[in-house]
Amino acid sequence: MAAFIAALLNSLEFGLLLFLIASGLTIVFGVLGILNFAHGALYMLGAYFGYSVLHYVDLPFWAAVIVVPLAVAALAVVIERLTLRPIYGRHPTFGLLLTFALLLILDDAVRLIWGAGYHIVDPPSLLKGTVSILGAVYPRYGFFIIVAAVAIGVAIWLLFTRTRVGKTVRAAAIDRETAEALGINVTALFTLVFAFGAGLAALAGVLAAPIRAIGPSMGERIIIESFIVVVIGGLGSFPGALVGALILGAIHGFGGRWLPELNLILPFLGMAVVLLWRPQGLLGRSA
Amino acid sequence: MATSGLARPLGLTRGAAALAGLAAAAIALLALPYVAPYFVIFVATEILIMGLFATSFNLLFGFTGLLSFGHAAYFGTGAYIAALLLRDLQPDFVWVLLAAGLGAGLLAFVIGALCVRLNEVYFAMLTLAFGMMVYVVFHQWRSMTGGTDGVAGFPITALGFGVHGQLGNPVHYYYLVLVVVAASLFALYRITVSPFGLILRAMRENTERVAFAGVPVYRYRLYAFVLAGAFAGLAGALFSPFNRIAVPEMVHWTQSAEPVLMAILGGASYFFGPLFGAAVFLTLERWITSYTTEWMIYLGIILLLLVIFLPRGILGLFDRHKEDAP
Repeated sequence: MAAFIAALLNSLEFGLLLFLIASGLTIVFGVLGILNFAHGALYMLGAYFGYSVLHYVDLPFWAAVIVVPLAVAALAVVIERLTLRPIYGRHPTFGLLLTFALLLILDDAVRLIWGAGYHIVDPPSLLKGTVSILGAVYPRYGFFIIVAAVAIGVAIWLLFTRTRVGKTVRAAAIDRETAEALGINVTALFTLVFAFGAGLAALAGVLAAPIRAIGPSMGERIIIESFIVVVIGGLGSFPGALVGALILGAIHGFGGRWLPELNLILPFLGMAVVLLWRPQGLLGRSA
Repeated sequence: MATSGLARPLGLTRGAAALAGLAAAAIALLALPYVAPYFVIFVATEILIMGLFATSFNLLFGFTGLLSFGHAAYFGTGAYIAALLLRDLQPDFVWVLLAAGLGAGLLAFVIGALCVRLNEVYFAMLTLAFGMMVYVVFHQWRSMTGGTDGVAGFPITALGFGVHGQLGNPVHYYYLVLVVVAASLFALYRITVSPFGLILRAMRENTERVAFAGVPVYRYRLYAFVLAGAFAGLAGALFSPFNRIAVPEMVHWTQSAEPVLMAILGGASYFFGPLFGAAVFLTLERWITSYTTEWMIYLGIILLLLVIFLPRGILGLFDRHKEDAP
């Protein structure tokens, strides 16, 4: 029982963190039509920015959670204006290639600035230690991640369904030309959405900083996992990102404990099965 | 017949100019070991192998319009088949090459039969998924492949057919690679200009129209996928004996990214674009890494500029017959 609870919490923690990252990826794809290969690098940038802000500027953790996503979002505005804007409307393959170039640049830039070694961030003192629940002992910070990710997820959902700007973004995602004809400034909206997705990735990066080793390869691993999540859930679908992330979380939490040999192959197998059986994803609109 | 800017003053047709260029390249490549130091021969061998890998990838990308993000699965499988055969059975080298090409082609047939039904990003993601599954198999099957340590310490056998020569000698190995790559490129070139190749290109432009014309689109795509896989496997079988090791990284998706970069760099709409791209890529890599270890940032900047300003690659600069890039 204790092992099951621990695996469940592990799945939720991993899955919900992945959900934060993948939701940014899927929103950007839904609106801009670009599958952002550099999304994992932006997540990594969030973790590194968090590390620097905590160690060198000595900000409290809570302040870092606010400041870092804003900083990465600002950088994303520059990236979108300079590099993405010229290629809108071209074949989707170019978006993948361009963001792959961005990934190469950001990965090496991180290595140049922070070095190739690993860094560690402590959780805030309030969230140190463990909690025991139904016989399972689990880190307090893990619970915090679960609660925070749920809260952020609900906030995003409200933003897109209840507010004017959210509805505008969805309108532009469904039909760009009609939205433009109705007087929506789609160009500015694209910038906003890309920055928002980058900010979300960075937020996940800061939140993950105390539980992950911060190193130059952390973005590479997470981007493939995020691809799997959005493909399983449905490219461009926000609820799909949640479902996909929870599935991957369960593979990680339960598979890691009981099927260690299959654990590495299961996510890819899941993605392949979904693509073959339902290419638009579990919750995606049919193309 | 149209004449290119370079050929016109000489009064040559475009085809004759291309032939003259090829002949000059062939002479230069054949004479290379007599004039260049070992280091250059190593780099040239690597360029030829990676050039074949990238050209095989481009049969799918540049000619058929399918971006495969798991092409290293076939390259790596070829590399492992070669290393394992040389470790356990030591057949003549020609059988090693043949087995690797056939084995990788067979794998491409199984995976391709599932992948070719999808388009664009979905195709890229599905090939990525299968590529990584193959990676995991080589990575986890420790008793056979040695896991992360890879397969190493195998001897390099004689070519076969009673041909004299020591393939362990870098110069001899260079000539073997040169012959195999040249023959493969010739075969691939014949394929791209055949009626089959024209249908592939037509599918790149508009798959639906080709389907309406009565062409079995998925079967043609699958043929292209198998051919691309088989030649990638052949390139892999040249690569692991060259490096004296087969490791899981040769199957990983980051290895799949290399032919993509090379094809874009050289120009994916040209047959020799990927080979040219491989030469530029590996030369730049050697040159920049002699100054700094962070060469990916330079590669990223070059790729970024190419995608934005020069989507037809470096060869696109010299071509005045504009057509759309894939």
